[in-house]
Amino acid sequence: MTLGERVRADFPILSRTIGGRPLVYLDSAATAQKPRLVLDALRAYYERSNANVHRSIHTLGEEATELFEAARDRVQGFIGARHREEIIFTKGTTEAINLVAHTWAGRALVEGDEILLTEMEHHSNLVPWLLLARERRLRLQYVPVTEDGRLDLEAFDRLLGRRTRLVALTHASNVLGTVNPVADIVKRAQAAGARVLVDGAQAVPHLPVDVAALGVDFYAFSGHKMGAPTGIGVLYGRREVLEPLEPAFGGSEIIKEVWLDRVTWNDLPWRFEPGTPPIGSAVGLGAAVEYIERLGRDTIVAHETALLGEALARLAEVEDLQLYGPRDTAARVGVVSFNLPGVHPHDLAAALDADGVAVRAGHHCAQPLVRRLGVVGTTRASFAVYTTSEDIGALVAALRHANELLGLSRLRSSAR
Amino acid sequence: MCYGDHVGRLYSDIILDRFKHPRYFGELPEPDAAHEDVNPLCGDRIRVEVRLDSGAGPEVEAVRYRGDACAIALASADLLAEMVEGRPLGEALQVDRDALLAALQAEIRPSRLRCVTLPLDVLRTALNAVPARS
Repeated sequence: MTLGERVRADFPILSRTIGGRPLVYLDSAATAQKPRLVLDALRAYYERSNANVHRSIHTLGEEATELFEAARDRVQGFIGARHREEIIFTKGTTEAINLVAHTWAGRALVEGDEILLTEMEHHSNLVPWLLLARERRLRLQYVPVTEDGRLDLEAFDRLLGRRTRLVALTHASNVLGTVNPVADIVKRAQAAGARVLVDGAQAVPHLPVDVAALGVDFYAFSGHKMGAPTGIGVLYGRREVLEPLEPAFGGSEIIKEVWLDRVTWNDLPWRFEPGTPPIGSAVGLGAAVEYIERLGRDTIVAHETALLGEALARLAEVEDLQLYGPRDTAARVGVVSFNLPGVHPHDLAAALDADGVAVRAGHHCAQPLVRRLGVVGTTRASFAVYTTSEDIGALVAALRHANELLGLSRLRSSAR
Repeated sequence: MCYGDHVGRLYSDIILDRFKHPRYFGELPEPDAAHEDVNPLCGDRIRVEVRLDSGAGPEVEAVRYRGDACAIALASADLLAEMVEGRPLGEALQVDRDALLAALQAEIRPSRLRCVTLPLDVLRTALNAVPARS
């Protein structure tokens, strides 16, 4: 029995049907399904320990604080951070990146400074920098994507200049699945005096990530793509980089003392967590980490890589199907984008849904990349620990079905 | 014509027919009004061009559209063009979402309603920009 078959029973939603057919969920890159361990942790938290954190002098408040901070410790261990105060809870990846734009970058970058991005960024790692660049008159540069969907590292070296203060890139592309050589990029960037921010939204659910070994300055990711609830994410920041920074947003929790005319700031990490945090969701994130650690990250990688290889091989046999991204499964997570010529991605996704197969279609919040591919969008299947060979089989069958009804092969047969 | 059951549930024969065999897809030389817009949810883009007759009316003489869009949006644009051609400007502006939905003869899910209304919004913007004639 493969890992996918073994763990399916851990995910209650996978037993539901869509239009009388079993659900084939291939949209985990958008959001992953939740294991029972997470659902149970949420229920237990709200049924037994719910209270506000940090200043409640009663049993429930102490329990809630302990559970909330234990989740932080678990995340710290999970991503290899050296210190617990380097783990800042945010709403998700987007808020984490914006937090860097509003704190470190907002303070350090001046007119004429450059931020080096890539053509394969999600809008979440583009728009905050476009906004900041407009406000501060910064220059944005982009590492191009090669024909086979990788970063052009020669161009990276050319673009990395004296004025480059920040390199901000995705660890794994949400459209192509490409895993970027982050450790190598960090070395080159830091040697040039630039800081590095990595968008880990698509990497953390799938790959072992060790932020200290990678040497990154900032690393952002979301809980909901790895089995936790929505509304919780993480900004990892190196302690030396975070320590001198002032908060981005005012409120409770971020302060040590408040007078009518001045404040002093709280310690890390709470300085960047204003207001009541999403306590239950953080507890759920801790449980999601526990679930992944119980299965073993290497086991998950082996399972998903095997599935990806199988998917690429079987999809290549679907008539007319155009596949994007690297063919080498070692440099890729379980995300596969494709198109049927003449069929709009949304029509294809709707046709697949009618066969019970849930995929994502459109620009995937990466319009510059999709434009670079020369298409209006793609249809994307993405895998997780619970994905099976049967799911891939259902996708391939549904694609053939859709191709008969909407695709070029139908036009060819009617022309005969 | 039978398109099979599964896509049939999503896409009526009318949608599939207009998608496969559009009547009004194309462009007009020197249109009197034109507009183009995108659906921010999906990035689909539709351009609508209109020629008005030279009478005092004025009447919508011809409509053409083009763009990168899904079957629902393209079918909607094609039907809309048919519904407004030959009608006085004021009447053309009266065509609304419900009329289009009725013409499409399909149950459109909430997530795809914007695909139906994108051509309508683009056409209305184009027509509303036509200066009143003396």
